[in-house]
Amino acid sequence: MDKFSYVNATSLKQVTSLLSDSRWGEVMVIAGGTDLLAELKEYIETPKTLVNLKTLPGMDSIKADANGLTIGALTTVSDIAMHPTIQQHYSVLSQAAASVATPQIRNVGTLGGNLCQRPRCWYYRDETVNCFKKGGDMCYAVDGLNKYHAIFGDGPVYIVHPSDIAPALIALNASLKIVGPEGDKTVKVEEFFTLPAANLIRENILQPNEIVVEVQVPTPNPNTKSFYLKAREKGAPDFALSSVAAVFEMTGKTCQRANVVLGGVAPAPWRSPEAETVLTGKTINESLSMNAGEEAVKNAQPLTDNEYKVTLTQNLISRAAMMAIS
Amino acid sequence: MASWGEASQSRLIGKRIVRLSGKEKVTGEAKYTYDINRPGMLYGRILRAEVPHATVTEIDLTDAEEMPGVQAVIPLIEVGRKIRYQGQEIAAVAAETDDIAKDALRVIYLELEELPFVATEADAMAEGAPQIRDWEGNRSNPSKGEQGDIEAGFAEAAVTVEATYHTPVQTHVCLETHGHVVEWADEQNLTVWASTQAVFGVRNDLARRLELPANQVRVITEHMGGGFGSKFSPGVEGLTAAQLSRMTERPVKLMLTRKAEHLVAGNRPSMTQHVKAGATRDGRLIAYDMRGYGTGGTGGGAGFTGPYVYHVPNIRTERTNIAVNAGSQRAMRAPGHPQGAFAMDSLMDELAEQLGMNPLEFRRLNDESEVRQAQYTLGAQEIGWHKRNSVAGSGTGIKKRGMGVGSGQWGGGGGANTQARVNINADGTVEAITGTQDIGTGIRTAIAIIVAEEFGLTTEDIIVKIGDSAPGLPSGGSGGSQTTASVAPVIKTAAAKAKQKLFEHVAPLLQAPIDDLRIGTGTIYVASDRTKTVTWHQATGLLGQETISEGGEWDRELRQGGVAGTQFAEVEVDTQTGHVKILKIVAVQDCGLAINRLTTESQINGGVIMGIGQTLLEERIMDPMTGRMLNANLEDYKVPGTYEIPEIKSIVFDTHRKVTGVGEPPCIPTLGAIANAVYNAIGVRIRELPITPDKVLNALAEKA
Repeated sequence: MDKFSYVNATSLKQVTSLLSDSRWGEVMVIAGGTDLLAELKEYIETPKTLVNLKTLPGMDSIKADANGLTIGALTTVSDIAMHPTIQQHYSVLSQAAASVATPQIRNVGTLGGNLCQRPRCWYYRDETVNCFKKGGDMCYAVDGLNKYHAIFGDGPVYIVHPSDIAPALIALNASLKIVGPEGDKTVKVEEFFTLPAANLIRENILQPNEIVVEVQVPTPNPNTKSFYLKAREKGAPDFALSSVAAVFEMTGKTCQRANVVLGGVAPAPWRSPEAETVLTGKTINESLSMNAGEEAVKNAQPLTDNEYKVTLTQNLISRAAMMAIS
Repeated sequence: MASWGEASQSRLIGKRIVRLSGKEKVTGEAKYTYDINRPGMLYGRILRAEVPHATVTEIDLTDAEEMPGVQAVIPLIEVGRKIRYQGQEIAAVAAETDDIAKDALRVIYLELEELPFVATEADAMAEGAPQIRDWEGNRSNPSKGEQGDIEAGFAEAAVTVEATYHTPVQTHVCLETHGHVVEWADEQNLTVWASTQAVFGVRNDLARRLELPANQVRVITEHMGGGFGSKFSPGVEGLTAAQLSRMTERPVKLMLTRKAEHLVAGNRPSMTQHVKAGATRDGRLIAYDMRGYGTGGTGGGAGFTGPYVYHVPNIRTERTNIAVNAGSQRAMRAPGHPQGAFAMDSLMDELAEQLGMNPLEFRRLNDESEVRQAQYTLGAQEIGWHKRNSVAGSGTGIKKRGMGVGSGQWGGGGGANTQARVNINADGTVEAITGTQDIGTGIRTAIAIIVAEEFGLTTEDIIVKIGDSAPGLPSGGSGGSQTTASVAPVIKTAAAKAKQKLFEHVAPLLQAPIDDLRIGTGTIYVASDRTKTVTWHQATGLLGQETISEGGEWDRELRQGGVAGTQFAEVEVDTQTGHVKILKIVAVQDCGLAINRLTTESQINGGVIMGIGQTLLEERIMDPMTGRMLNANLEDYKVPGTYEIPEIKSIVFDTHRKVTGVGEPPCIPTLGAIANAVYNAIGVRIRELPITPDKVLNALAEKA
């Protein structure tokens, strides 16, 4: 990696001010570093200054009350996975967190970092490849090897968003708080992520001088069943070939409300209104669950090597729906 | 005639003995080459080509040379020469810190004229492909074989199968990457800490290349983190480290990066076999016609077996090396065998199905190995073969189970390549010294067991000095599963001679003839009068100023080559996700006399795990667009982890009491056993490894 200076953050104001004085990538924030360090070592990012957020007080805790969860952005992935209230009432979230990487990575990786992590695409991660995401003029995955790439999102970049936690949060209707020099704002997690058509280079709405500081998750309806299903080639550590975060409000076997969000298949976490429509208000049975899967992938546009992801995603959605009645 | 004695008489040999140095390895106390740091040491790094094919038009090292902290820069390629694969060496630096060395590589100026390349076998063989070496169409002259009468064989066949089987390039993934720490004592004396499978091989090679007398190069390999066939020579990196060290008169450490390890440190080449085979109605293999090709990189690699294990009277084969712009193959754990076994065992099951026969019965009819016949029976019992689907894919539910079987064979009889000494000191301490190396197989412990058994001591009482060329007791490289069968007989005969020498001292004291003396537990006693006894220390005390030091011979009667193995797999395939979960592997491995049953079982476990990786996960992915390896890391080049490792029932199948190596053979039958089990589970055959979810889902979709 190239040389950089290292600053321990003392306040959010100081952080946003340091970020404001720079261009993209000159000053970067670091927390767990499990993604950023690899990017530095591979010269994908070459910041002049790193701002260590871990010295900021009070941003690494989980607050659970009647209104829901408030989780600081510096909370580790393992704290989320192991939290008893999250395990009991927000199981999709604990399951998603527990599926991340390895215990070592979960112990240092943070919520904010997980949401803002960069793509795993093997062209993007190769220093010598100058693709769309690095200011180049093509997505190598289109004509190259694309087994792990997107089947949704309409290009022109075919990365997949690697976060497991993001689909779970979206399925739980979570919001996140962003702090910038002009103060803070709260947006739905769903609206945080962007597609390449809107921004080729970044994967979310953060401006260069903004950071994520907190996630809020509303209390789910008591009749909620939720699951995170993650298909991967290797037990651990491995990123999702396809994943489904599913939150169902159930009355008996009838689904009153369904939130279905996919991971590993699009440049952003991918909500499936098609599956949600099929399931909402219906009694779940095998044929309905299959129908939900089929509808969800109707508009999938696989590349040369990832047609299997269409079947896989369809099957995972059906499986999640069937789990709601088992 | 020399022998290892009766099992009933053995106190240690054949028992389960904890590995010496196991504790050091687990606690991190064991020092690998990577851990060696010398006073004043510099860090070496190699600049490598990032393009697959190019001509070097300019190299300028000036900026690197002028960087503060850089002590030496050397070119490793000349202007005008060709780069023929990604990762090829361009230049090397030695610097005060590893970070400076890395930075220095980045300021070396390199100008290239890029050339068209071929990344895959398909690219290499395509019409109009650029020719990348002296092979027309990037194909070597095929090597052809013929036996019997292929036409007559097919005429006799009642059923035939035609199929294409493919295994991709697999890299060794040594946990400790290749590398050395080198230190010159003066201009003529070099010490090298090497992560190697061949202490004396590296010594001789470096001495030759550096034009030094062999005895002035000392190579040390106290512990090493895996070689699997890729670490027999110092390689470019070892020679480079020695040159950088000579130039700077400072010790230099130069270890390969993980990326370089994938790119240039060898691989198991790919295999593609088009096979047509026939069997008679009564289940005899009668004809086998195979055309195949393979590549590891620029050097080709069509060394796979076929036919394999089973007897076929009429054979025609043709193997062609293909050249691609990628790092070359090296020997890898049972070279040629696992991939050949995958193809053959898949083929056997396909023929058996055509015949309507149980695949195990079909194997029995065509396998001339009596050992394997017995192993089939034992393995089938252990896995519960009777529970397998009689019709493939007939299980119900989303997750379907299946069972399969595969076979293998190997040599491992050792060779006359080892000199050793066993010393008994007057204070009772014992040393066993030889220039072999423990590459993880447990030879250090095996040596201690043999000597301790001979002397009535424990393994902890024996100081085993291996992994060092300084004592001048050469041993061969650890390859071909030859180490134990090469070393054990020499240690055994040396210990026996030393024991006789000690008896000569003890006999007068006990007033008994030498041949009436016996070794007890920590004692020496008179067989005809057991009241006459001395302790080990009393006995060695008689040596006074003398040290007993005896060499041994490679007594052929103490070892034997040729092993048979068979494995059974039970798998569960998730038909919705395409994920294959291995539930159990039963590995029945013939190995002759297991000096240490525990480490022999570990060898079998390790072989099975490697076989699992090759079957389910591993593949060098070459990009036709950029000519680069897309997964030269451990994220997308996936090796088995805890989730992939099932219950492994390792059965040490003793067939005789002579030593035979078992390092390689257990990785062979795994592939076919798993692939056949997957077929038995889902009723769709996957003829291309690794069996990943995409292939399973695509195959199921095609079937439906």
